[in-house]
Amino acid sequence: MRASTRIRRKAVVLAAVASLGTGLLAGCADDGKNESPSGDGDAAGKTTITLGLFGTFGFKEAGLYDEYMKLNPDVVIKENVVERNENYYPALINHLTTNSGLMDIQGVEVGNIAEIVSTQSDKLLDLSKYGKKSDYLEWKWQQATTPDGQTVGLGTDVGPMAVCYRKDLFEQAGLPTDREEVAKLWAGDWKKFVDVGRDYQKKAPKGTTFMDSPGGLINAILSSETERFYDSSGKVVYKQNPAVKAAFDLTAEAAEDGLVGNQTQFQPAWDTTIANSKFAAMSCPPWMLGYIKGKSKPEAKGKWDVAQAPKSGNWGGSFLAVPKSGKNAEEAAKLAAWLTAPEQQAKLFKVQGSFPSTPAAYTMPEVTGAKNDMTGDAPIGEIFAQAAKNAPVQVIGPKDQIIQQGLTDNGVILVAQGKSPEEAWENAVKTIDNNLDQ
Amino acid sequence: MTTGHDTAAAAPSKEGGAAPGRPPGDPAAADKERRRRARLSRRWQRDVRWSPYAFVSPFFLLFVAFGLFPLIYTGWASLHKVELTAPTDMDWVGLRNYTRIFDDEFFWNAAQNTLTIGIISTVPQLLMAMGLAHILNYKLRASTFYRVAMLAPYATSIAAASLVFVLLFGRDYGMINWALGLVGVDNIDWQNETWASQVAVSTIVIWRWTGYNALIYLAAMQAIPQDLYESAALDGANRWQQFFHVTLPSLRPTILFTCVVSTIGASQLFGEPLLFDANKGASGGSQHQFQTLGLYLYEQGWVNQHLGRASAIAWTMFLILILIGIVNYVISRRLRASS
Repeated sequence: MRASTRIRRKAVVLAAVASLGTGLLAGCADDGKNESPSGDGDAAGKTTITLGLFGTFGFKEAGLYDEYMKLNPDVVIKENVVERNENYYPALINHLTTNSGLMDIQGVEVGNIAEIVSTQSDKLLDLSKYGKKSDYLEWKWQQATTPDGQTVGLGTDVGPMAVCYRKDLFEQAGLPTDREEVAKLWAGDWKKFVDVGRDYQKKAPKGTTFMDSPGGLINAILSSETERFYDSSGKVVYKQNPAVKAAFDLTAEAAEDGLVGNQTQFQPAWDTTIANSKFAAMSCPPWMLGYIKGKSKPEAKGKWDVAQAPKSGNWGGSFLAVPKSGKNAEEAAKLAAWLTAPEQQAKLFKVQGSFPSTPAAYTMPEVTGAKNDMTGDAPIGEIFAQAAKNAPVQVIGPKDQIIQQGLTDNGVILVAQGKSPEEAWENAVKTIDNNLDQ
Repeated sequence: MTTGHDTAAAAPSKEGGAAPGRPPGDPAAADKERRRRARLSRRWQRDVRWSPYAFVSPFFLLFVAFGLFPLIYTGWASLHKVELTAPTDMDWVGLRNYTRIFDDEFFWNAAQNTLTIGIISTVPQLLMAMGLAHILNYKLRASTFYRVAMLAPYATSIAAASLVFVLLFGRDYGMINWALGLVGVDNIDWQNETWASQVAVSTIVIWRWTGYNALIYLAAMQAIPQDLYESAALDGANRWQQFFHVTLPSLRPTILFTCVVSTIGASQLFGEPLLFDANKGASGGSQHQFQTLGLYLYEQGWVNQHLGRASAIAWTMFLILILIGIVNYVISRRLRASS
């Protein structure tokens, strides 16, 4: 009896050790497979191309991988997705600086592209030979290009910004609901937008605010500025730039007057305000429509509409970069070019709402005929194409994200919580300067 | 334990012993045999001498690779201006990264937060753990169930736990404010008010670690000889008196151990405040109101990519920990001397 349990225990230990061992071996084997020249995934002789992405790019959802694999039977595509860019980007930087652990294609967010261009371009393939420059929006192409002409990323999408608003809430507050008329109320100036907010708040349905969050408002205003945190020579000027201070003050004013909710975007509590219809308007790039749809209750369907923003801007958009160290770099570059070509971007817009960064796609039926069930019959393709054309060519800098996050999360949000605008600005500046190591 | 025939069988050779089965008087063969035995003996001695080192070497190799090297590299990096985007470009700045810590208000803010959160989480946690352990030490029905249940929070991942707590502590839709509302307390902004946020973070820590400490106490309590209690009872001591005069003194080394472990844990507090932040940044709230040292280190290194500064912070934290360790040691020696 005792002997048998001892034997059994021994067997269990052995099995555990064996399984751990094979796990380790399998781990090694897996790595080897990805790096081997043939890169065989499951069948012999096939090239496996791996993509490292964050959030939802939607390539898979739009069926683009399947389509490409059908066109190129010797290619197998695999993606590895990290939910949030805050977690994805530091790892990407680490992998790039150590030149290991990289996927064949890596996604890069627009907030990080300047840093990638200025610090990592020697690790990345020049994609100007693969993508067609004339296809892309001029500024989008430029954002991923070094001063000496190396293009390190191909644009997947842009975020031309409009304003999404609730027709029912606007009506209850005595505001017009037609998207042309609404756009006219605030055309040309974000101050007018805040004034519309004051009108809204006078007769607002109980418990609602005009806009969703201070972060949403300051982001919208800043996105429509040409120069924000860096000047064109690459110097940090956010403190001296009157446009930044004006955006901060206008947002702070709106927060003090209670026109914006006291929430941080993309957090559970903010999601709940969408579900409970607690605000009437939000700054809204095309991808936001998908987000709204995901968080709304079914009865919100069709109650939203989209109007042009006071000034057009751009919020979001990503790039695909190809690390040189990849064994399949050339194949990967071809795939990246294909995924970001106008035809594919149009398909992606139809399924995923990522707005094309290639103007050629704007006349394709997938874009011109696009509808969204949150916004009823609004011709969203045309509205966003218009916004994309009007968006400024923005100067972007390597630490844009840190500065913007400081202004929002350590700045205007405090005003919504009852601090004075001066205190909030001081807190934001101290935080940003410390983070920039000024 | 030592049985004579065991060692006899294991001993490799006895010089000059008769070699059975060999014809005597063959000097060449005997010489060969002697040399063979000497060789075996040497090998055996070498084996005895060096094998233990081979057996423990994996630990030391791993320690060098993952403990010592990072420590030294961090120290080296802390004397330079280095950015994470180019870790090989190092500019020598001497002790600049250390001296700037003295007037880095964010560092001291983080240090103070770490201290407060450490105190308001460790003290109640250890007291509660002691109480729970005392209760579990009685004969209870289904005591195994309770013991496992107590360890469940410890087994839960911090991420999952913190996310649930974020929802519970929500200002507008959180359950805790809802419950407080029932008894007439206004909504508390758990994430943005300094004290409230620190209490909330401590709650997560307490929830997670109380059961763990309780089990350590329980194990120590069960090692106390029963006859101490019996004689105490004979002397007329009630349960409380028994607890104070028998249980507590016997637990002194265990209490000290948990204090040291909890202090170290508290000074490295990271996951809970990181995940508790509504902004999902590493600044520990909009006004850094619950940014701990660990979080500040992470923010400098991985969010802002200032590798040199982060390394200096890491080394400063290391020195602070050593200081705490020395204080603990002194206190424990005093306690031992007084008892």
